[in-house]
Amino acid sequence: MNDGFIAPEIDWAVVAPVLVVLGAGVLGVLVEAFVPARARRVTQILLTLAALAGSLVAVVLLWPRVLRDGFAFIVDGTYLLTPFTLGVQAVVAVLAIPGVLVIADRTSSGEDAFAPTAAAVPGTAYEDAARQAGLQQTEIYPLVLFATGGMLLFPATDNLIVLFIALEVLSLPLYVLCATARRRRLLSQEAAFKYFLLGSFASALMLFGIALVYGFAGTVSLETVVLVLQHPELSPLGTMPGLVLTGVLLVLVGLLFKVGAAPFHTWTPDVYQGAPTPVTGFMAACTKAAAVGALVRVLFTLAAGFDDALRGDIVVALWVVAILTMLVGTVAGAVQTDVKRLLAYSSIAHAGFLVVGLVGFSELGARAVVFYLLAYGLATIGAFAVVTLVREQDASGVVLGEATRLAQWAGLGRKAPWLTAAFALFLLSMAGIPLTAGFLAKFGVFQAAVDAGAWPLAVLGVLASAVAVFFYVRVIVLMVLTPPADERAAPEAAGAAAPGAAGAAVRPVEGGGGTAAGVVTAARTAVARATVVVVGSRGPAALAIALCALGVLLVGLLPASVLDLAGEAAKFRP
Amino acid sequence: MSSGFPWLTVLIAWPLVAAAATALTGVGRGRPSAGVVRAGRFGAGAARWVALVGALVEVGLLVGAFLAFDTTAAATYQLTETYRWIPALGASYAVGVDGVALLLVALSVGLVPLVILAAWHEQGGDRSRLRRYLATVLVLEAFMVAVFAARDVFLFYVLFEAMLIPAYFLIGGFGQGSQRRYAAVKFLLFSLAGGLVMLAAVVALYLQVPVEQRGPQTFLTENLIANLAASLDPTAERLMFAAFFLAFAIKAPMVPVHTWLPDVAENATPGTSTLLICVLDKVGTFGMLTLCLPLFPEASRWAAPFVIVLAVISILYGAILAIGQNDLLRLIGYTSVSHFGFIILGIFTFTALGISGSSFMMLNHGISTGALFLVAGFAIARHPRHSQRIADYGGLRIVAPVLGGTFLVAGLSALALPGLATFVSEVMVFLGAYGRWPAAVLVAVPAVVLAAMYVLLTYQRMFTGTPSADVANVTDLNGRERTVAGVLIAALVVLGLVPGPALDYVREPGQVSVELVGATEPAAATTQETTQGTTEGSEQ
Repeated sequence: MNDGFIAPEIDWAVVAPVLVVLGAGVLGVLVEAFVPARARRVTQILLTLAALAGSLVAVVLLWPRVLRDGFAFIVDGTYLLTPFTLGVQAVVAVLAIPGVLVIADRTSSGEDAFAPTAAAVPGTAYEDAARQAGLQQTEIYPLVLFATGGMLLFPATDNLIVLFIALEVLSLPLYVLCATARRRRLLSQEAAFKYFLLGSFASALMLFGIALVYGFAGTVSLETVVLVLQHPELSPLGTMPGLVLTGVLLVLVGLLFKVGAAPFHTWTPDVYQGAPTPVTGFMAACTKAAAVGALVRVLFTLAAGFDDALRGDIVVALWVVAILTMLVGTVAGAVQTDVKRLLAYSSIAHAGFLVVGLVGFSELGARAVVFYLLAYGLATIGAFAVVTLVREQDASGVVLGEATRLAQWAGLGRKAPWLTAAFALFLLSMAGIPLTAGFLAKFGVFQAAVDAGAWPLAVLGVLASAVAVFFYVRVIVLMVLTPPADERAAPEAAGAAAPGAAGAAVRPVEGGGGTAAGVVTAARTAVARATVVVVGSRGPAALAIALCALGVLLVGLLPASVLDLAGEAAKFRP
Repeated sequence: MSSGFPWLTVLIAWPLVAAAATALTGVGRGRPSAGVVRAGRFGAGAARWVALVGALVEVGLLVGAFLAFDTTAAATYQLTETYRWIPALGASYAVGVDGVALLLVALSVGLVPLVILAAWHEQGGDRSRLRRYLATVLVLEAFMVAVFAARDVFLFYVLFEAMLIPAYFLIGGFGQGSQRRYAAVKFLLFSLAGGLVMLAAVVALYLQVPVEQRGPQTFLTENLIANLAASLDPTAERLMFAAFFLAFAIKAPMVPVHTWLPDVAENATPGTSTLLICVLDKVGTFGMLTLCLPLFPEASRWAAPFVIVLAVISILYGAILAIGQNDLLRLIGYTSVSHFGFIILGIFTFTALGISGSSFMMLNHGISTGALFLVAGFAIARHPRHSQRIADYGGLRIVAPVLGGTFLVAGLSALALPGLATFVSEVMVFLGAYGRWPAAVLVAVPAVVLAAMYVLLTYQRMFTGTPSADVANVTDLNGRERTVAGVLIAALVVLGLVPGPALDYVREPGQVSVELVGATEPAAATTQETTQGTTEGSEQ
């Protein structure tokens, strides 16, 4: 009768947390076009922070409603309002704010972390010209907003196609952001390319998985898939559980890739190392929160329809992923010599702990995971923010890039006691030492695992934590108890003349391998001779570090209210 | 639940206030150089006084707590306070002490001012460093009081782990040995490994409680004891016992997981060693007594033979290794391994006599080993190279008679000379153990002879003979050092001659522990008499 387009009834208030951020992203693009260059940066930063705060406010306003009215399906489940959705959105928004603050910081050396023109080939005259012209990249702020929008949508849908779109919306801006590092341009572009390539593979696999699930159930709505699982006669292929198993596993691959769980973790260290450090912090914390949120949404929803065989197969897959991830993260983390890579492997290990919390498909697990994401995110953003401030300095006093080699961090405690204390706090939280947020987070996931009968997993997790403590403590020992390299070098200088000469001979050979040989060699030689200096923040990053440290301590000491909120958020199904 | 003045919370909070005051005294004085604010001479010097006064006020508060404590009901938790902390996890901020816990709190609070006094000129004259050291000591004091006062397993665990951090910095940051970083990391990794295994058991403990009995106070020790009794699966109980016991054995330290201790003793300052070995490590034995036994009674009885064997090995092995040491502080460390073996032996006798003997011994060992460490520290400070090698000394008694005398008394208390407090407790442990494990006692008794060897041989090598060139001109103990040594020795003598009042605090808890673990006294009729007999016997 009526073939015309029927506009769906949409409760716009429910979509507000996502809309605010995406709308601000569009606005940000307009700002790029119309706001004069000198005011652009400030405008963008304020717009971005306002959008994130607005999103957070929207979540807070929706919270009583969802507790009262229960779940809301918008446009047939394309958008889903549940306590769990709001909980993950709140975590993403809360973490994105300090993340953006770090991105916005220009250190006392007067420059931010981003290349003046990301498209320029590293080391070319064009790039030099752009730098001298004082160009700055303010497009990063809308990109961050689009990514955040995708993250907010990711755990908030019942529809697998929308899930895929959210994945792409959050990934594409991140690929670009990874390529924009001001220093070590080649590494940054390599990281972006690697991330893009592997990310595309993961997306493709996920899409294939969605197709298989659709083939099985004749629908892309998770709730309907559950219905078909319970009543196979509803769908022509409903009697082929192998189809849905393969499909779900492939969807999991896509999600686990974003989470950074082994064996889909290989991009993590390279990308975390190559990307501009503020972006790494943002990506590590917020992407993981969103992706784990989506993982929980898909898994826990479908779990209601699984029979024992299906459930068993999925649980085995999760066990394997959890064990592998914890193993890779902690063992490989223990031998890293670069701070950013070390934090990357630590992030992999955390992905493993998160998966440990999921194996029971229980509310206890969902609560633990939401809490974990917050605790982990605060410590991660804070830690990467500290990394942005520890720099190299050449003989003439010019501040260079970040001093990421671990050895350079020796004796940092004397140069910057407060910064060191904050970094130590973040590391202790990641290690799960009591009275920090990280301890309760770990306690929660292990509790969920033991409750689900997966106590071997919890024991393995505990052992992995013990190994992880080793490499976190190693960094603390280095910063606090080891004298700085320059101080140690002085008395040893006389005796070490010969090895020093040998090192000088090796270095140019190393550098010669680079593409822009001259520049790279010069840079590397400079790096090798540089001393380490802690640059001051112009405010935002310092504020972010303070906020994160405060968060880690407060959530660690008085976790009751946060845990209660996480407990309310753990209701993930109607 | 809370009754009257919150003595324990104040006892926990005050050292933190004192630590903050100490850390801030004199900051900003003098001129900043190279980005580091260097405190002026006066400012940092005043920090010592702030720390000392803070610690003495804490002693005053402790006296108040003692007055508020009712000795006639020493086995029940008193001065209790209970507040909601993390209801979602069933954890509460619950503190309270029974007689044993109160004595251990007293030990912590009593030793801190002495440690501060002993450290007056430590840290190589770097006053700013000394200030940070003393502030860390006070922070550790807060944790020590809190961990003994915790009445909630979750809270206990949190404090048990969290206090590793100040302890770690005390060893690694302020130690005097060249291997201090290594020792600090070894200490931390050993303790954390044990702690994490215990964490798994804490998680399991919560989940063993039947769902209908879980609530915002699940982790309260008394609730756990009541709720677990019926529902505990034997295998799970044994596994959890093993996890808890491992953590406590590492802490205690017990052979074969004691290896971190000598390294720490060698490389930390004597003050740090005093707090670490005399107080902090008591958390291990205290945990065995107040958590392992009542929470896992069946598993405790099941494991007792193994534990006893390990305890006896600790007693003998620690003593033998002590004899072979060249380093004075390492030697004292090994004597502690031996003494902790006695304490654990006493606990796992499951007799009121043995357990109260062990409880008393926890106090006495703290005082006597603290005296040994601190007096040894005075001797080392006098050596021109601050050598810790025993062979570098000789004839000290002639040039510094008071130093020699105090060292001898402290040493004699380590070998449990009658008339000193350690004798009372050691006899109680032996008598308690003899009723149930006569063979263990027979094997362990030679340790007394070994103790005489390591104490007297050391005294002979360091203090008798002609003074060696290095120490020929040293001065004797000054007033400050005499105060430190005098207080400790007075405590040993008083507790040795009049142990009755102190035993009032441990006797009943000992009996209750035996009931909780569900053991019957091997010779029920005679135990009570023996207790009395020992008490009166020593009083004469």
